Amino acid sequence: MSAPLMQATGLTRRFGGLVAVDAVSVDLHRGQVHAVIGTNGAGKSTLINLLSGEIAVSSGQIRLGGKDITRLSQPRRARSGVGRSYQRTTIFPALSVLENCRLAAQAWHQKPWTLWEGAKSCRASLDAAGAALDAAGLSDALHLTAGSMSHGKKRQLEIAMCLATAPQVLLLDEPLAGMGAEESERMLAMLERLRTDHAILLVEHDMDAVFRVADRITVMVNGAVIASGDPSAVRTNPEVQRAYLGEAHA
Amino acid sequence: MILRRRVLELDLVSTESWHMAGMSRQLRDQPIRRTFRNACFHPPPSAAAQAAPPQTLAHGWLAPAAVAVALAFAPLVLETYYQELVMKIMIYAIFALSLELLAGTTGQVSLGHAAFFGIGAYATVLAAPEYEPGNPLLLLALSMAAIAAYALFVGALSLRTREVYFIMVTLAFAQMAYFVFHNTPLGGGSDGMYLMLRPVLTIGGTPFLDFEQPRHLYFAALALLMLCYAFLALVLRSRFGHALAGIRINEGRMRAAGFQTYRYKLAAFVLAGALAGVAGFLYVAKNGVVNPELLSWHESGAVLMMIILGGLGSLRGAVIGAAAFVLLKELYSSEALLGPAIAARWQLTLGLSMIACVALLPKGLAGIGRRFTLKRSTP
Repeated sequence: MSAPLMQATGLTRRFGGLVAVDAVSVDLHRGQVHAVIGTNGAGKSTLINLLSGEIAVSSGQIRLGGKDITRLSQPRRARSGVGRSYQRTTIFPALSVLENCRLAAQAWHQKPWTLWEGAKSCRASLDAAGAALDAAGLSDALHLTAGSMSHGKKRQLEIAMCLATAPQVLLLDEPLAGMGAEESERMLAMLERLRTDHAILLVEHDMDAVFRVADRITVMVNGAVIASGDPSAVRTNPEVQRAYLGEAHA
Repeated sequence: MILRRRVLELDLVSTESWHMAGMSRQLRDQPIRRTFRNACFHPPPSAAAQAAPPQTLAHGWLAPAAVAVALAFAPLVLETYYQELVMKIMIYAIFALSLELLAGTTGQVSLGHAAFFGIGAYATVLAAPEYEPGNPLLLLALSMAAIAAYALFVGALSLRTREVYFIMVTLAFAQMAYFVFHNTPLGGGSDGMYLMLRPVLTIGGTPFLDFEQPRHLYFAALALLMLCYAFLALVLRSRFGHALAGIRINEGRMRAAGFQTYRYKLAAFVLAGALAGVAGFLYVAKNGVVNPELLSWHESGAVLMMIILGGLGSLRGAVIGAAAFVLLKELYSSEALLGPAIAARWQLTLGLSMIACVALLPKGLAGIGRRFTLKRSTP
């Protein structure tokens, strides 16, 4: 197998006495969906926060394409190719769908000193936004006010904003949360499409979805990894069944 | 690809109208009451300011241009007293505009903005030559540079905090600056200092702009107000301005997209300081005297009240708010109109007006006009 695009080794984060993430290692390969599952409070979102640079690690190392990015700030990490979505939708509600994405894409074309130029005539960021909205299946909603859309569409926009920054790695925090069956279907189809040229880390509670799209699954309990491997191995792992899948998948 | 381009071009044209439609919807749904805290820290997503795209030059230039023309002809009909009053409004409007960039656009509510104003004023007096009139352009540049340096230092430290802590830290720095001028001989202590000779701009040996003459002063203030307004309109329209607005709405999201938000906020802080320095310079040119009270937290509170009164989130709001604040203060402290007992308590009446305005006009005075035009256009 080729070298992983993003590789985290021994990631630990302590909040006072609490070890939220305990020596976790994950590899993300281009073309693969790596799902992280676990009960509430298992440290999944904290793991995404560590990988995206939102919070600093207590110890451990993160490499992107072989380069150590552990000490890079979140904005710098984002511009080296790490994109994330949030569990709670974090769009700009009052802006149009297009402007939401354009603003995200502007991160690649910042040039804040170009005061004589209108932001909305920045061709490069408009093109990137248009492409991201196409990929996320929102190209028919360009001018809707983002906050007025359905929950499912907002989640799609959340991903589109992430795509607009042209990431190589996607860290997706529960993209299916609160979605109806049809919306989930659409989102999963999108994940399948994105898989081809991205390395994806998927945190998700919907087990059916996880086992459908994941190439690898890591199971976390109380901040630590108790199992990691391909879906069938994880499904039959007795420790996983006891700790997590227990009743639902016995 | 060609099709996509065409679609994108089309939307550039129609974006404004879409925003207007969205705004009217939101205005109708908007509850009347809104707390002061909301107004300051978390403009709710339904606030029209967020629905409205940052103002552009093409969008709504008519009203500001009309006001500018009216102001240009005003000295022909105004008595000296009223001309002075309009000048005062213009100076405070520049001051309010500078805070609007920081608080209304970027979402960084500062309670130390008067320090910028005061330091700009002191810098002008300290830099002015003693026995001959100074060059106004030079003094203005020096005043802005002094503020920019101070703002860079204060901003670099205070922008590490957020919300109420940011308010407290900016207040603390402003109080420090206040006491530097109040308790040291640097600026004449609590008595302040006088500008002995007002600046004169001479071109080729002949005086072109003489700040001793009220009318020259008036047009200098008007020109600077127009420049500041146009400059800020450009800023809000640019990528820089859009990024600042993004930071106000959701800073975390902007960081996740790859914006180094701290630098953006610091740039806005320094820019706001430099523009407040313009107001400080004009204040000195008009009044010829500075004292530490210019830096006091009362002044910081007053300018914050101006932009809340006018409506956070729009440039015209800042100007309208400054005008309303100065006029209301003038009205409420007028013994001739209200009698000595009420006039002496103008803070009380002004405060009550503030409360009424925040409670009844969620978008401030600038929102009134917009509200009526929208009501008419939506069935």
